[in-house]
Amino acid sequence: MKFSLSWLADHLDTTATVDKIAETLTQIGLEVEAIEDKAKELAAFTVAYVVSAEKHPNADKLRVCIVDTGKEKIQVVCGAPNARAGMKGVFAHSGTTIPGTGLELKKSTIRGIESNGMLCSEREMGLSQEHDGIIALPDDAPIGTPFAAILGLTDPVFEIKLTPNRPDCTGVRGIARDLAAANLGRLKPEPPVKVVPRFNNKVAIGLRFDAASETACPVFAGRMVRGVKNGPSPAWLQQRLKAVGLRPISALVDITNLLSLDRARPLHVYDADKLTGEIHARLARPGEKLAALDGKIYELDDQMCVIADDSGVLGLGGVMGGETTGVGETTTDVFIESAYFDAVRTARTGRELAIVSDARYRFERGVDPEFVVPGLDLATKLVMELCGGEPSDITIAGRAPESKRDITFDATLVEKLCGVKIHQREALVILERLGFRAVAGARVSVPSWRPDIHGPADLVEEVVRIAGFDKIPSTPLPRPSIIQPAVLTPMQKRVRAAKRTLAARGLSEAMTWSFVSRAQADLFGGVPDALIVANPISADLDAMRPSVLPGLLAAAQRNAARGIKDLGLFEVGPQFFGPEPGEQLTAASGMRIGNGPRNWAKQSWSADVFQAKADVLAILEACGFAGDGAQVAADAPAWYHPGRSGALRLGPKNVLAFFGELHPRVLQAFDLTGPVAAFEVMLETLPSPKAKPSKARPKLELSEFQAVERDFAFVVDAKVAAADIVKAAIAVDRVLVESVNVFDVYEGQGVDPGSKSLAITVRLQPRDRTLAEADIEAVSSKIVGAVAKATGGKLR
Amino acid sequence: MSELESLEREALARIAAAGDEAALEASRVDLLGKKGSISEALKTLGAMSPDDRKLKGPIINGMRDRVAAALGQRKASLGDAALEAKLQAERVDVTLPARPEMLGRIHPVTQILDEATAIFADMGFAIAEGPDIETDDFNFTKLNIPPEHPARQMHDTFYLKAKPDGTRHLLRTHTSPVQARTMLAQKPPIRIIVPGRVYRLDSDQTHTPMFHQIEGLVIDESSHMGHLKWILEEFCRALFEVPKVEMRFRPSYFPFTEPSAEVDIRCDRSGGEVKLGQGNDWLEILGCGMVHPKVIEMCGHDPAKYQGFAWGMGLDRLAMLKYGAPDLRAFFDADLRWLKHYGFSALDVPSLAGGLSR
Repeated sequence: MKFSLSWLADHLDTTATVDKIAETLTQIGLEVEAIEDKAKELAAFTVAYVVSAEKHPNADKLRVCIVDTGKEKIQVVCGAPNARAGMKGVFAHSGTTIPGTGLELKKSTIRGIESNGMLCSEREMGLSQEHDGIIALPDDAPIGTPFAAILGLTDPVFEIKLTPNRPDCTGVRGIARDLAAANLGRLKPEPPVKVVPRFNNKVAIGLRFDAASETACPVFAGRMVRGVKNGPSPAWLQQRLKAVGLRPISALVDITNLLSLDRARPLHVYDADKLTGEIHARLARPGEKLAALDGKIYELDDQMCVIADDSGVLGLGGVMGGETTGVGETTTDVFIESAYFDAVRTARTGRELAIVSDARYRFERGVDPEFVVPGLDLATKLVMELCGGEPSDITIAGRAPESKRDITFDATLVEKLCGVKIHQREALVILERLGFRAVAGARVSVPSWRPDIHGPADLVEEVVRIAGFDKIPSTPLPRPSIIQPAVLTPMQKRVRAAKRTLAARGLSEAMTWSFVSRAQADLFGGVPDALIVANPISADLDAMRPSVLPGLLAAAQRNAARGIKDLGLFEVGPQFFGPEPGEQLTAASGMRIGNGPRNWAKQSWSADVFQAKADVLAILEACGFAGDGAQVAADAPAWYHPGRSGALRLGPKNVLAFFGELHPRVLQAFDLTGPVAAFEVMLETLPSPKAKPSKARPKLELSEFQAVERDFAFVVDAKVAAADIVKAAIAVDRVLVESVNVFDVYEGQGVDPGSKSLAITVRLQPRDRTLAEADIEAVSSKIVGAVAKATGGKLR
Repeated sequence: MSELESLEREALARIAAAGDEAALEASRVDLLGKKGSISEALKTLGAMSPDDRKLKGPIINGMRDRVAAALGQRKASLGDAALEAKLQAERVDVTLPARPEMLGRIHPVTQILDEATAIFADMGFAIAEGPDIETDDFNFTKLNIPPEHPARQMHDTFYLKAKPDGTRHLLRTHTSPVQARTMLAQKPPIRIIVPGRVYRLDSDQTHTPMFHQIEGLVIDESSHMGHLKWILEEFCRALFEVPKVEMRFRPSYFPFTEPSAEVDIRCDRSGGEVKLGQGNDWLEILGCGMVHPKVIEMCGHDPAKYQGFAWGMGLDRLAMLKYGAPDLRAFFDADLRWLKHYGFSALDVPSLAGGLSR
């Protein structure tokens, strides 16, 4: 919403400066986005007289001018072909920043002659692209006057960012009312306009709606003015519209634009001779088309409200008029429409057709239903003043929607909600200035132009908004206890632990979109149709991700394209398994590609399945789960390498994690050269640590007897799982056998093809005595036996 | 010169001449070994008369001691030399780079969330979270944004495909549905902050289709806008680690709050970067207000009894402001160079005691 200072002054008696007005507007919720003050911007540019213009001694195309600025005579070197003695131009001193170029004008010597300023072109002034010569001002322009005054651009223009709840402030008078309420001046009285009808309106008006759609246009008022003479509007009106960026068209059209901006009352003027039959509002018929005033043709649907006559659709109600019935130079009789169009429907129509118009801007916020007829009278008065003619009486179809309501106001609620004390009397003064009226008891009536006010909290906002939010004292929120208890949930702690653990292990944290392409989703198990975004930002981001990995792989590919080929990335974030709220889980996923930074000391790490497994176990450990009872099986999903990946489960169904090298076909789809080690830990599925009555750890039992280690190498079938050998060895004596570790795996010479040698070291920890050789022998042979029984392994 | 004296002199000369530990050991055997020359001399004491022994004993023993000491010294110096030679042979080029370790980084959004959490946890706020896919009801209706409300258009919503019954879920456009979910699940007093991903159909240098918000909600019987002001001032002061921040509360409009405000923070933008707490510019950082009575009612509580406030801000934007990362899109690009530059070490865990940042 834009308006100029002089326009505001039509409604507001004030001596406040531009800065004060701007500050107040922002303080009361009408945020100033920009102030365009040409007088200020162009203050350095003044009218100057060219006393003489001689040819530059050292250049054919340059002239040396002596310029009279009114204060002094200054020498300027000028290259403009039209520079001549006796002309008046726009002068800028050295040191001035030229708006058109943004450059500071420097004192200079041009081919040996000093130049102390510039005579400016229109392009240099930022007025147009004209740069063939300098601006030539009329001879009567007074020397030394600011150029802005010559241009008539002394009127600062405010632009405010209007919130959608304030339709009243889509008119300058509404803004003036708010400023007056904030004590910035006095709202000028506005006596009602009286128009004396001279004849009976001959244009019939109808509302053709069924009960379900009658809210689309509940009231439609109109009247004729005959014998008008349309032409360019007067300078004051043109200036007013131009200042806010509107193009003057003709007096009749400019009047409707003026009232739209001045009173938030959009109107439409028809050439009465071009109307046939009853003018009426109705819903469009599917397939109807309108050639609108913007020169485009729109296809309408049956939810859009139109104005029509017997010839068809004339305009889109509340959005835009049509071409066929518009007024022109030859128009003599006009019909002025003042109607009320429903906000929601108007917004929808504008959105569907992508029409942004001043009318839509106002109707979709809700215009003042009580101003339908007064607005029409005001327009009529202006038409008669500017175009002559005589008015008919007014025809009204339907009636304005009810806007009268009153609300209990209690100033103590201001303090309760806002913590600031404002007396009832002071509060009522504010409300009355805003147009509220005190009615019986503690109730106030809401002005018809404020559809946003419904309850006591709204009144509190009005009072505090105008009194100033800066009056609200900053008040410490009481602390429930001096030292706050910890607040993170176990899951939140897991997420934190997983992130910091992975970062400590060399992986960098990525945040990638929650949506991926469908093709990428398909590589990771796919998503049901219900997880497809209907209106994606782009076609390749339309599937809610079933895994975090595709986002990371795409990121790895982007990094590879930038020459970073060794990297580790992780992300802890949502992945989706169903379309209902909550059908998502938090995965801590990561990937490593390459061998770490290339260096003289060989590889930093290896992007293989065991690296991924180590990352998984590190996350579990960080989340307080030692992995007790979890089983590893070689059945990770299809996006992993079938022979180099695994799943970690707790129980048959509860998957804690997948890990392994990724399938080469997946890598190919991301244009990556592997191997890539990846993992996915489903954080929600990890078991919660058991609640314990005390933080004390169990007593540490350290044996004072010597532990013994014995190594065994078994030859087993190549398919035998190492875990089975370890399990068998441990099971021999769960008290004595403290740990079993695999320290060598060998296939090749010396071992039959199809077999492998697997070496374990068993640590025996006696609790009550030192082991004798016989004890060790006994356990050893049990271990050999148990492994043989479980796996068929033979001691090598 | 006596025989003994020449024996000693030869012995010492031989020790001094031993070039390595093997030669020295051979000398030791020859001198002090079972059949060594000095051992032999010692043996002669046994056959002497007591008087002779008394006379010669100290001389021969003294000689033996001196030779043994010389052996020891020589051994030590030969050992030193050998070790020195060995160490010299082990010399490496210490200017070679250290064995590289891959450095991981924490994303600035995680870091700023942890910072905000440290501050709000100290004020008694818990962290609530909610689903990314939301119902229309929680994202809009329960927040006083009925169907066809213009505010729905302000949000540029992503929708999932419509279900057979015509309803369609959406990607939450703000974290506020969690307010509604929390109020429905819990009786006041409520103090929560809600961080999370949110989604809007928008993409340019300052907008991405997904970003992070953090919002706060306080519901009890007496918390008012003065408290809200205090919390936000304290939060900004603590988060940005400056002694003072100047904030400006401007009336604004949100369907779910009444009164509503937008909050600006004083800053200086003159140098091309934003400096907080100085200058003459204002930067909008958040929206807030008293929770609309209708919202409280729709979420199952009596608005005559309960009141409170809410605020919401962009988590990414806070990180951009505090750490000077200029382009929001880069937050989601996972460019390792960017992560190295703007990211944080795993051990930089923010705390109020240690300071939020290094």
